[in-house]
Amino acid sequence: MEELVIKSLEETKALGLKLGKLAFPNMMIVLEGDLGAGKTTFSQAIALGLDVKEIVNSPTFVIMKTYQGRLPLYHIDAYRLSKSSEDEYLEEYFDQGGVVIIEWGKNIEYLLPKEYLLISIKDLGLEKRKFELIAFGKKYQELLDEVLK
Amino acid sequence: MIVLGVETSCDETAVSIVKDGKEVLANIVYSQIAIHQEFGGVIPEVASRHHVLKITYVLEAALKKANLEAKDIDLVAVTSTPGLIGSLMVGVNAAKAFALANEIEYIEVNHLIGHIYANYIEKDFVFPLLALVVSGGHTELVLMKDHYQFEILGQTLDDAVGEAYDKVGRVLDLPYPAGKPLDDLALMGDATYNLPYVYLDKDSYNFSFSGLKSAVLNLVNSTKQKGEAINKANLAASFQNSVVSVLVSKTIKAALEYKVKQIIVAGGVAANKGLRAKLKEAVSKIPNLELTFPKFEYCTDNAAMIAVAGYFKYKLQVK
Repeated sequence: MEELVIKSLEETKALGLKLGKLAFPNMMIVLEGDLGAGKTTFSQAIALGLDVKEIVNSPTFVIMKTYQGRLPLYHIDAYRLSKSSEDEYLEEYFDQGGVVIIEWGKNIEYLLPKEYLLISIKDLGLEKRKFELIAFGKKYQELLDEVLK
Repeated sequence: MIVLGVETSCDETAVSIVKDGKEVLANIVYSQIAIHQEFGGVIPEVASRHHVLKITYVLEAALKKANLEAKDIDLVAVTSTPGLIGSLMVGVNAAKAFALANEIEYIEVNHLIGHIYANYIEKDFVFPLLALVVSGGHTELVLMKDHYQFEILGQTLDDAVGEAYDKVGRVLDLPYPAGKPLDDLALMGDATYNLPYVYLDKDSYNFSFSGLKSAVLNLVNSTKQKGEAINKANLAASFQNSVVSVLVSKTIKAALEYKVKQIIVAGGVAANKGLRAKLKEAVSKIPNLELTFPKFEYCTDNAAMIAVAGYFKYKLQVK
């Protein structure tokens, strides 16, 4: 696990942008953090790194929004989901060659594959945030090393 | 012309039958059948987005309610985008199969356009027209110079309005969906808390509600840390005041800039009493400007709006 303390919104955006630039097909990023932690803001920065030109806004109500960048982006929000809401259909998007971002991934932990990058964001007041990054699998460890370089 | 509409893009499985884009002969939403049980038989409890298990019940219930048979239907209209592909496909396949089996014309409709056309059930359109679409998934200002011509002037850069209501509602321990309880609570309080009014650029018709949501969370947390109590009604009123002020101000600005003759409000948040009151007051000061809201059952996701939009798309032969 790696920990980063980020002092400004610009730094948060720079980290997301870098992740987006390093993205590979079927990459999965799971984002955790309370309401207002900045998961959607971080997702927008990843999208920018993927050269998505459209406005990326919250998918909470519709569960998933799809965008076209250098790779397709599947932006999923599991805020309203639970195991009993039976959302197995989401798995179909995990291996379509796109990038998958899942906010509130814990709610659908039973659907997550073995390998992904878990990022937990904690609000430390104003624009200050603590990022905890955990890589599951070798591919994601390499990605994490590259992001933190 | 009798149109059968089908909507399965998100949580609701819905089928409606509408005559000439105006007269609703049946408007069935699965969740309502479960409550009323008016069609008899056992209705299974299924996860909200498992439309495939519900669609035939809803389709049959709609025909029965309208007292019609498949041969009486002239056109089938279905939501084809945006939404979850798996959910949309259930509606699209059901609609296609029904149309094919009964040799009926078939047309696909955009969900957002459906929300706008929900207003047509209430009132004829006068162009140019400005639509404020506000729901759990949408916040858009759309200009229409004629039927089926749409120009998006602005949209949310982060959270949708309805979503901000639900998330702030959760912090205030209100039930989900929190739109109505928060609106009710706001009417009992005064806007005493200092919350941001997010206008973005002066000339922008885009919206942002994420910062306001965070401001409410921070306020609640810091008050708790100080060991003080939050006045929930006042906080609800302050939040609602911030949201409604921005929505009304941008809507009126766009209405004046594009010299529209009618403003229509669509989506679940169109039921919000605070928004209705403030928009009515603002519109009343402008001569020759009409304001229309849909009936409550046509604010939230439904298939009547899809039938009406499909009727116009077919009539105008929109590609």
